Amino acid sequence: MAKVTVDGIEVEVPNGASVLQACEAAGKEIPRFCYHERLSVAGNCRMCLVEVEKAPKPIASCAYPVADGMKVFTDSPMVRNGRRGVMEFLLINHPLDCPICDQGGECDLQDQAMAFGHDSSRYMEEKRVVSDKYMGPLIKTIMTRCIQCTRCIRFATEVAGVPELGATGRGEAMEVGTYVERALTTELSGNLIDICPVGALTSRPYAFVSRPWELRKTDSIDVLDATGTNIRVDTRAGEVLRILPRINDDVNEEWMADRGRFSFDGLKRRRLDRPWVRENGRLRPATWSEAFGAIAARVRGTAGERIAARIGDLADAEAIVALKDLLGALGSANLECRTDGAAIDASRRDFYTFNTTIAGIEEADALLIIGSNPRQEAPVINARIRKRAISGAPFPVGFIGPRGLDLTYRHDWLGEGGATLRAIAAGTHRFNDELRAARRPMLILGRGALRRADGAAVLAAAWKIAAENGMLREDWHGFNLLHLFGGQVAPLDLGCVAPPDAPAPEVVWLLGTGDAAEVPEGAFVIYQGHHGEAGAARADVILPGAAYTEKDATWVNTEGRVQQGRLAVFPPGEAREDWKIIRAASELLGKRLPYDSLDAVRDRLAEAHPAFGSGFARRGCTDLAGPAGDAAAATDTAFALPITNYWQADPISRASDTMAECARTYLPAAPAMAAE
Amino acid sequence: MSGAHTPGGPSIGGGWAGTHAADEQHPEQPTHFAFDAESEAKVAALIKRYPPGKQASAVIPLLYVVQRQMGRQTGSAWVPRVAMDVVAERLGMAPIRVYEVATFYFMFNTRPIGRYHLQVCGTTPCWLRGSDDVARACREAGHVAGYGHTSADGMFTMTEVECLGGCVNAPILQVDDDYYEDMDYDSTVRLIDALRRGDRPVPGSMIGRQTSAPIGERTTLLDVPGE
Repeated sequence: MAKVTVDGIEVEVPNGASVLQACEAAGKEIPRFCYHERLSVAGNCRMCLVEVEKAPKPIASCAYPVADGMKVFTDSPMVRNGRRGVMEFLLINHPLDCPICDQGGECDLQDQAMAFGHDSSRYMEEKRVVSDKYMGPLIKTIMTRCIQCTRCIRFATEVAGVPELGATGRGEAMEVGTYVERALTTELSGNLIDICPVGALTSRPYAFVSRPWELRKTDSIDVLDATGTNIRVDTRAGEVLRILPRINDDVNEEWMADRGRFSFDGLKRRRLDRPWVRENGRLRPATWSEAFGAIAARVRGTAGERIAARIGDLADAEAIVALKDLLGALGSANLECRTDGAAIDASRRDFYTFNTTIAGIEEADALLIIGSNPRQEAPVINARIRKRAISGAPFPVGFIGPRGLDLTYRHDWLGEGGATLRAIAAGTHRFNDELRAARRPMLILGRGALRRADGAAVLAAAWKIAAENGMLREDWHGFNLLHLFGGQVAPLDLGCVAPPDAPAPEVVWLLGTGDAAEVPEGAFVIYQGHHGEAGAARADVILPGAAYTEKDATWVNTEGRVQQGRLAVFPPGEAREDWKIIRAASELLGKRLPYDSLDAVRDRLAEAHPAFGSGFARRGCTDLAGPAGDAAAATDTAFALPITNYWQADPISRASDTMAECARTYLPAAPAMAAE
Repeated sequence: MSGAHTPGGPSIGGGWAGTHAADEQHPEQPTHFAFDAESEAKVAALIKRYPPGKQASAVIPLLYVVQRQMGRQTGSAWVPRVAMDVVAERLGMAPIRVYEVATFYFMFNTRPIGRYHLQVCGTTPCWLRGSDDVARACREAGHVAGYGHTSADGMFTMTEVECLGGCVNAPILQVDDDYYEDMDYDSTVRLIDALRRGDRPVPGSMIGRQTSAPIGERTTLLDVPGE
């Protein structure tokens, strides 16, 4: 530890910390552009100048290590003068187009020019102009505004793992771009917009839409992947205008994946905004009471065990528990959330969660990935794996799945199917040596790897690998299941797993699942959801629900972390929050559910599963007994990845124009219109 | 497609003018590049200079190998984009890292140049000693419009360069890799005419001075004992 005095305030900071960090520890604000705490230090903007006693000139505090006994001044005449000079230089080539700049109002350069800059410039000559660069369909570039802090270059290289951005040319002709004018091949490109301190990189879909002070900001949770990214939904006049990540070091740090960030325009398209009822083979618009009447008429004459429910990937916990209670009251336990056919064993929570936790990845020292492409299934988690992989300490990564994937970090392709899995489970594979040598090995099993006939065997084999290679200990849990969407863990917690001997249903309640394939011919289908997909077309009654931005709801991410999203906008038309729909239906079905408020539903949730009532904690593993399934029965079939089109993987993103353009840009051109 | 605008217009010349991605659309960019046998031998020797895992250090020498090979093969010593990709692949680095290096150093031409690259030093000592005349001679005898331009016959490209470190023999005209020193208008015209004929006059001082010795007779150290 080093004792540093900042403006007379004495602070202790670790050796090796920068002067800037010491100043922050002392509560002093240091202006900066190029410095970002999650990126490497560049030291090229010179905005963070401070004075250090006995130093002959101001120093760049972001790149200067502290020394014991150092005296730092952050507000001396030398510092103020230095900052003014730096700011004047930065503004020499910066266009003063703030009135038409989308960064206006939330621009570091604007704010810091106000706080630390001079009142006028002495520069009278022509400014330079830079041609705009192409960085893909999500990022709008106005490169004349670039102050060359190189944050975007460092983000792309270090965090996203796609070294495609660079600074070409030199001196006044230096420009930031890809040089070859190709879209950045990353699922994290939206973060470039956040880290750009000026208006050079802005959001293309958000261009000229709004000013930050016009927006109402609502904290919520992203559910379009299973990371559980903490987000802020910015709305104006009942419309979602943009979604930004919030900082949560345990989950997403401050990054966010592109699908969650940019697919919200899908919330305005193909929405179900009123109930529909099928009459004489055709769906017609109906009122809520007509819809509930149609349901009641059919359900009354049906035996309880012939009623079933299917839970979709984006369902919230409140709706699930309400539906489970309703079906229970009707005499059915036939709820199923594994509509994708994943052979998940829900009998114990650590069989289906990401037990190492996302932050825990940084402590691991060996990783085995089975049948998952985390880069597409959970880009932010993948960024965390990359962070660990490039941190310096050895981190062998074994991968079972398709060959030749670019995960953005070095990995050892072990094989593509069950044969390799069996070999590792038997302890005879060369990668077993890596796992045994590791002190904290972990494995990530993709949910997609369980969506096959021998899924139970794959799950059992993966658990066996964990148990026999030192991954399951009292202080370390290295078994991780990576889910695909934010609504996939809550129904498992709530026990929405169909009993094996359930009779064929006559009434099926689809809660936001478009997958109607398993619904038997002739069954009465109730579809409750926000987007009219395949399930809605098959439905006899459609109940319009709320999307994730339109309800106060509880979500459980792949770690099993319970997080609450808040209502940012009201659902469109007559659509309602999902648990309220089910609560209303229960009344007409004569099985009135005993809760009338959100708090009461949440009390019921806490009662249904302790995870909803208590805080999240990381757990080790004390019980090595594995899930049902014969580990040796895994077949040689190659693992197929569940997501082939990252940009259009859920009902919301499939309705989004932005995501459609991304798919056109990034996916290889389809030879013909592929069947749905 | 204006790229970076500088008050002096395009006269900055050299590699700078070719650093804009819009220029990548130029039809002159070849679609293929491969090292020939002569280059391969050099590449192998160059990469061996650096310890394993640090091959990326060879990027600058390899770009020179590319530029020389292009000069041999096409008569225009420049570095096409595909060649940068080949270098990146060979050294196991991201292509953008090679683009950054190639565009940073104006010694690398990222656009085709003429058969002879006339690099006129315009820094103060050369300028005081008449580099303006040298530049005028290049324009008139070489039929080049100015800095950053290539003559219509494709023989000469003119670039203004900063100090070449030959101030003692100023002004300097560097033709490709060779220094021609103590230039003036007439000697520059004679040099350009010779180059056009296919001759390569011997580099060095044009007024017959020995290396950087004083012009004319020796004026000091006249009484060295024993001499």
